[in-house]
Amino acid sequence: MSATKAKVAVHKFSSCDGCQLAFLNMGEDLLALFDQVDIIHFAEAGPLNREASVDISFVEGSLSTPEDIHRIKKIREKSRYVTTIGACATAGGLQALRNVAQQDDWIQSVYATPQYISSLDQVMPIHEQIAVDFELRGCPVNTRQITAVLRSLLNGVTPVNEQDKVCMECKRQHEVCAMVARGLPCMGPVTRAGCGALCPGVGRDCYGCYGSAENANTASLGGRFHLLRLNQNQVRHRFVSFNGADPVFASAGSMGTGKND
Amino acid sequence: MTEKREIRIKVPLLARVEGEGALDLVISNNRIETLNLRIFEPPRLFEKLLEGREYQEVPDIVARICGICPVAYQMSAVNALEQIFNVQPDPWVHAMRRVFYCGEWIQSHALHIHLLAAPDFLGFNSAPEMAGAYPDEVRRGLKLQSLGNDLIRLFGARSVHPVGARVGGFYRAPDQARVAELVSDLERALPDAAALISWVASLDLADEQQNFCSVSLRHDAEYPIMQSRLMSDHGLDLAIEDYEQKFTEFQVPHSTALHSSLDDRPYLVGPLARLNLNHELLPEATLSILRSTAIRFPSKNMFHSIVARAVEIHFAMLEAIRLLQHYSLPEAPYRDVKPRAGIGYGCTEAPRGLLWHKYETDSNGRIISARIVPPTSQNQARIEQDIAASLQNAGLDQAEAVLRLRAETVIRNYDPCISCATHFLRLKIDRH
Repeated sequence: MSATKAKVAVHKFSSCDGCQLAFLNMGEDLLALFDQVDIIHFAEAGPLNREASVDISFVEGSLSTPEDIHRIKKIREKSRYVTTIGACATAGGLQALRNVAQQDDWIQSVYATPQYISSLDQVMPIHEQIAVDFELRGCPVNTRQITAVLRSLLNGVTPVNEQDKVCMECKRQHEVCAMVARGLPCMGPVTRAGCGALCPGVGRDCYGCYGSAENANTASLGGRFHLLRLNQNQVRHRFVSFNGADPVFASAGSMGTGKND
Repeated sequence: MTEKREIRIKVPLLARVEGEGALDLVISNNRIETLNLRIFEPPRLFEKLLEGREYQEVPDIVARICGICPVAYQMSAVNALEQIFNVQPDPWVHAMRRVFYCGEWIQSHALHIHLLAAPDFLGFNSAPEMAGAYPDEVRRGLKLQSLGNDLIRLFGARSVHPVGARVGGFYRAPDQARVAELVSDLERALPDAAALISWVASLDLADEQQNFCSVSLRHDAEYPIMQSRLMSDHGLDLAIEDYEQKFTEFQVPHSTALHSSLDDRPYLVGPLARLNLNHELLPEATLSILRSTAIRFPSKNMFHSIVARAVEIHFAMLEAIRLLQHYSLPEAPYRDVKPRAGIGYGCTEAPRGLLWHKYETDSNGRIISARIVPPTSQNQARIEQDIAASLQNAGLDQAEAVLRLRAETVIRNYDPCISCATHFLRLKIDRH
């Protein structure tokens, strides 16, 4: 490692703050982290310096106001590497569901004083506005994912891009298959690995919070869900939830049936 | 005096709070002219996106309102939905939900005390900076926080957006060996939790009495975590179903979170309010540590909130030990649920205070409408009232830096969760 410490920033946009907890929940390792790198900006942890130049920026949350777009462009200018953390930053998150909803109805039904608040008409993942060097998926991401990326970047190597399916992790852990053995509409066959197949581990079907894996055969899985007696709406909800702007899941959801026969 | 002194304090981004907020303060001629806790985190419209979803999806969706208190959201939701479907979870489920919730109190309170609040009282900008002078205290705090996360993970497989809770109970019961391990971890850490109470009680907390109304759940036999009735120290005694009769939410120009009032006045929710109303229900072991400090509850000093958090960590650890000590596997970790149409209410004590949910379902259990009132929007008006009082007490003629730090300390003292507060569905489409 070089003599000077790498400068790191953690930025937040529209989110639940849960992915930042992959840092704050490190326990005593958090102190080691602050020792090994220079944390320049991380509002929730204390350091404030939004404008500083850094080596690595971690970005949580999706873009949903005009000011957000201005701010993310600034972050890009000031950062050597930009890494998005989590479903909101990488795939819009749950709030991106409003992109496909009947927005005008929503507004009219709930609005008291509209002029107080400004918001874009689409919730966007970060890569829609700037070039992103690396994207971490998951709702939420975990500490293992974050430290792996940080370690790789500090050592000057490209981080490993996990693209396998949850099924692979699940099999390695010898879980009983939720779909084959119990007839549950498991998203494992199309969902990206990284969580450690937690849902099958507690005896339930995966609900897709890590977004789409490579070569995801969503049409076939959608067809299977219909055979498991899910109605069209239920199939759509399986695909379009926590990663509202994931293109693979979004198109599987908007096909409505997902049937390929 | 004829000389006019005007101070404008702008804190464009508050550090060490959850979510994004700012403070605008104008003091003119020793009078506060403007005081806005400005919350600009964009709204995420959760109530609206729940509509049309299946009841089984609700615990996983509402968890995403807040990364720090997902368990609270899940528990308020399952309680409300079970009320609609007329399901009584069995005693095992009730007890284990309490343990699950204790994990979140421990995690969230330890995080707040050490990473967010204590640096204010000891003159540091962050916990890692504070760790230079207080290495043992910071490490002890991070260890307790991890223990809380372990407890959540026991039921939920992960501590942020855990996946174990369902309407009717849990997907799977934790195995006995893991439970036994955690019980001994908790027992070993009890002296740390006791030392934490003494430590925060010895911090140099401003001695400042204020008048406010404390509101919390109240249970006859146990320190309140889930359901039962709403109480205040101003005579409120209300069923959670009647919440909307007494509490109102309203919009203010400077915030994307709604403000809340009880009988048209600000009120306090959270650990200090809970302790003020329920301290006698704490276990003797916790009370005796508290008696050895100089701090007494009920307290009208808002800065005693940090002590209340430490007290609740100790309580939550004892409670988890008590409920897990004779753990055995249940016949089934959940009750089967038959959906039906209706309206249900759930109210639990999130780490930051009352979290009230209301759902309406159709006969298939699909959500027709949802309303969620989180603790931070309830505290917003009280926070502004507190900043004004606290700055007056400190003296408005003080240097700007002093006033600024004081105001920020007051805000952080509430552990505001801005992500929670701005889950709401007010939205303006600004098309450029």
